[in-house]
Amino acid sequence: MAKRLPPTDAVIIGLGWAGAIIANELTDEGLQVVALERGPWRDTAADFNIATAPDELRYSQRQDLMLRTAQNTITMRNNPGQKALPMRNWGSFHPGNGTGGAGNHWAGITFRFQPEEFRLKSHLTERYGSTTIPEQLTLQDWGTDWTEMEPFYDAFDKVAGTSGKAGNLENKIQDGGNPYEGPRSSEYPTRPLRQPYGPTLFAQAARDMGYKPFPVPSALISEPYTNSLGVTMGPCTFCGFCTNYGCANYSKASAITTIIPVLVRKSNFTCRTNSEVLRILMDASGKRATGVVFVDSSGEEWEQPADIVIVTAFTFENVRLMLLSGVGEPYDPITNTGTTGRNYAYQTANGVQLFFDDKNFNPFIGAGAVGMGIDDFNNDNFDHSGLGFIGGGSIRVTPIGAAPIGNRPTPPGTPTWGSEWKKQTVKNYLSTMSIGCEASSYSMRNNYLSLDPTYCDRLGRPLLRVTFDFPENDLKMAQYCTDKVGEIAKAMNPRQYVKNPSKGHWNGGPYQSSHVVGGFVMGADPKTSSVNKYLQSWDVSNVFVVGASAFPQNPGYNPTATVGALAFKAADAIRTLYVKNPGPLVQA
Amino acid sequence: MNNLLLKSVGILAFTATAAVAQAPGDDSFEKVARGRYLATLGDCSACHTAAGGAPFAGGVVLQTPFGDLVGANITPDPDTGIGRYTEEEFQRVMSEGIGKGGYHLYGGMPFTAYTKVSKSDNSAIYAYLRSVEPVRNKVETNQLPFPFNIRASLIGWNFLNFSKGEFEKNPDRSAEWNRGAYIVEGLGHCGTCHTPKTSLGGDENDRFLEGATLQNWHAPNITADRHRGIGSWSTDEIVQYLKTGTNRFDTASGPMAEEVENSSQHWNDADLNAVAVYLKESRTSATEVPDALDADDTRIVAGKNIYADRCSACHTPDGNGIPRLFPKLSSAPLVNSDDPTSLIRVVLAGSRAGGTKASPTGPAMPSFAWNLSDDDVANVLTYIRNRWGNSAVPVAASEVKELREQLQE
Repeated sequence: MAKRLPPTDAVIIGLGWAGAIIANELTDEGLQVVALERGPWRDTAADFNIATAPDELRYSQRQDLMLRTAQNTITMRNNPGQKALPMRNWGSFHPGNGTGGAGNHWAGITFRFQPEEFRLKSHLTERYGSTTIPEQLTLQDWGTDWTEMEPFYDAFDKVAGTSGKAGNLENKIQDGGNPYEGPRSSEYPTRPLRQPYGPTLFAQAARDMGYKPFPVPSALISEPYTNSLGVTMGPCTFCGFCTNYGCANYSKASAITTIIPVLVRKSNFTCRTNSEVLRILMDASGKRATGVVFVDSSGEEWEQPADIVIVTAFTFENVRLMLLSGVGEPYDPITNTGTTGRNYAYQTANGVQLFFDDKNFNPFIGAGAVGMGIDDFNNDNFDHSGLGFIGGGSIRVTPIGAAPIGNRPTPPGTPTWGSEWKKQTVKNYLSTMSIGCEASSYSMRNNYLSLDPTYCDRLGRPLLRVTFDFPENDLKMAQYCTDKVGEIAKAMNPRQYVKNPSKGHWNGGPYQSSHVVGGFVMGADPKTSSVNKYLQSWDVSNVFVVGASAFPQNPGYNPTATVGALAFKAADAIRTLYVKNPGPLVQA
Repeated sequence: MNNLLLKSVGILAFTATAAVAQAPGDDSFEKVARGRYLATLGDCSACHTAAGGAPFAGGVVLQTPFGDLVGANITPDPDTGIGRYTEEEFQRVMSEGIGKGGYHLYGGMPFTAYTKVSKSDNSAIYAYLRSVEPVRNKVETNQLPFPFNIRASLIGWNFLNFSKGEFEKNPDRSAEWNRGAYIVEGLGHCGTCHTPKTSLGGDENDRFLEGATLQNWHAPNITADRHRGIGSWSTDEIVQYLKTGTNRFDTASGPMAEEVENSSQHWNDADLNAVAVYLKESRTSATEVPDALDADDTRIVAGKNIYADRCSACHTPDGNGIPRLFPKLSSAPLVNSDDPTSLIRVVLAGSRAGGTKASPTGPAMPSFAWNLSDDDVANVLTYIRNRWGNSAVPVAASEVKELREQLQE
């Protein structure tokens, strides 16, 4: 029997980006907020010491900042006909853990989604007619639009200090920025980072081919910045220990570098770490949540009563908690009914590696999100008529820093050990670069999330089962976009270039991307979505579920800025609408 | 059962407090509120509120060269606090350093500064302290070894180190300057940390605010000296430092971080400004500025390389630092201090800046004790102390060794 704690106005599950943003907004509103975090407390001063942070073995190889699979993991399969098996080491993706969440070890690429994305199905139907969208895809509109989203993107940028160059300021196209971005209400808070050699060469080649290169928008800031909450960040030093690492220089925006220093000074905020939520509690009607039950590190169970329950864990745990708590009807791909677990999608990762003889890229100089990109082949920025697919990718060169264990670029055919491997490493380490293409992943009927019938966590609760394979549409798109990247690579005149498009079935082994989305999606229709445009559950109106779990499909962009914007959007709805008049904010 | 017991204790305490109640009107809202502000201005909690403990219940250990002194319980608890003190007895503590019953207080309680506090301010502080929650917490304040634990010795100490008397305004100075002087020399007791001490632990008054070392921290020179002191800071920059814990030069750490968090971030703007004006327009130390070491000095050559590898990413290659985040090392009073204790300490042990409402970041400096040798630390500090306009005596490896041993105790 769980021990009952004093009631609170709002309980927040997971203190990463979304949880911290909402906690800060609601405490500003005067609400009492309790945040529950399944991982440990982390902060820059204590955990990301400049003398110990650059440790490739600890952080990259042994994944020190990731959720431990002994605590929680997923099972995976490619289609409903297979039996899923558990992921015992993180391969395909890297869920975070602890305060700051995956925002501690993210790369920092901070794209906004484009206006068309929020009404993707309508947009594509208007442009190409209803027959162009391949039948296997279950694309949807988001139930919101650019006008509603832009102020919240702006709020996120001003907290994160995002560095970059606007390409579209209030509908005026700006030189040097990304002309395909949605109209921004203000310039990026900090200037673009200085570009290393690889991105510079790529941008030159792309420009010569008529494309429009721009600095990749980045949460690694380029100059000292004091954010909208009064917290100060310092400029990125290109140390090269960024993706998979916490930042020791206060340069990479995360909840712990931008928001939590303010939150911890508020008397109406409490955070309990090492506290894993087991389920959301419902009253007898099943229409109202009364709080949550969590377990602490001693195995003790506690009930935290709350008027509002806000779920801001990683995509997987958001959906799993909804399934375990019975919020919404579980999705069934056979009958195509239910919404919890529906429209799970991923990211289609592609790239081209370039081997030169006469270049020195000093690849140890890097950062998770410094680089140049083009959007000429992303999303619907190019005409898809007659191509047989929809979607596209963000093409870019972002040298993240070539640490010594994981970075041994050798041409195809090189042995994977021995003297020839060593010789090729020496020959190619300094003179190799790659162009990435982070591409869209569109949802389809058989890709979904559900509870595993066989495998449980340490507490006996079913693991989340991921059923996923790449749609034919996405594989065609991957080939097309990678060929376009190959043309740019060729123009850069390397000794050799190697194209690596996504192909075949999804394989959970090699790392591809942590951008897992959907499963509890937002929309205007409760038959095909779980939350309304305020991220409020259609079924249980005092539950808000915020994160990439709300994306109905995934464009060719990284998700974090949109997760941040949705968190501000949900918080604003709670502050301005819900606390004044609790209940459904949109009538179904 | 336990609950009942607690309640009875509470009632007893209340009765005892009521028994020595003051004259009507002494606990008026305005007076208590003023007393609370003054208690914050004087940072009473620095010594009288232990980390995680009840407010003003005592227990903070002050390490002196003579031994440990512990902050007393100053809640109104009748037996373990100051519940039985009359206002006159409290006034005597502040102005003369004499406790109830006539015993002498040690100079750890800075009555040598508090003697300047006005009677009406002491009265308000007293009214406020009467209003806080009484806490039963027995504190043995005197933990000094023999012979320093003999309080009678303080009679002689007072004769040498203490001149009694309320603050007197200087008619030649502005009201603002006088208010600043009242705070700095009196209730703010800045000299307790920042004024060099005699061998007896008294203030060297002719070197007021020229910097001193206590508990392995060096509190730098805060006179208007442009080399070792804060002469190059504008009044606005001094205000910003005291209010937010950081400005374009420096970020408060160690005991000063606590002072900013508990005290000066809560001062009103008029008082902050008055203190800044006083510090800018009072004394400047007149000691000689040493010549910077030559670039080819072996210590400078070695230190330069260590600095580039270990320090420059945050403090920047030119020593300018990042405003409000990583302290500026060029032209910094602490860097130019004759006494490098704080510098050695932060390199060896690291340091965490204070966070304030206005500047919540709270950045940290990591410890390098585990991978810089005594020679390395001495060389890199000697380099920092002799570049970018800085000049100060070199740091010796033996000084690093000594502090390293002390910090490990």
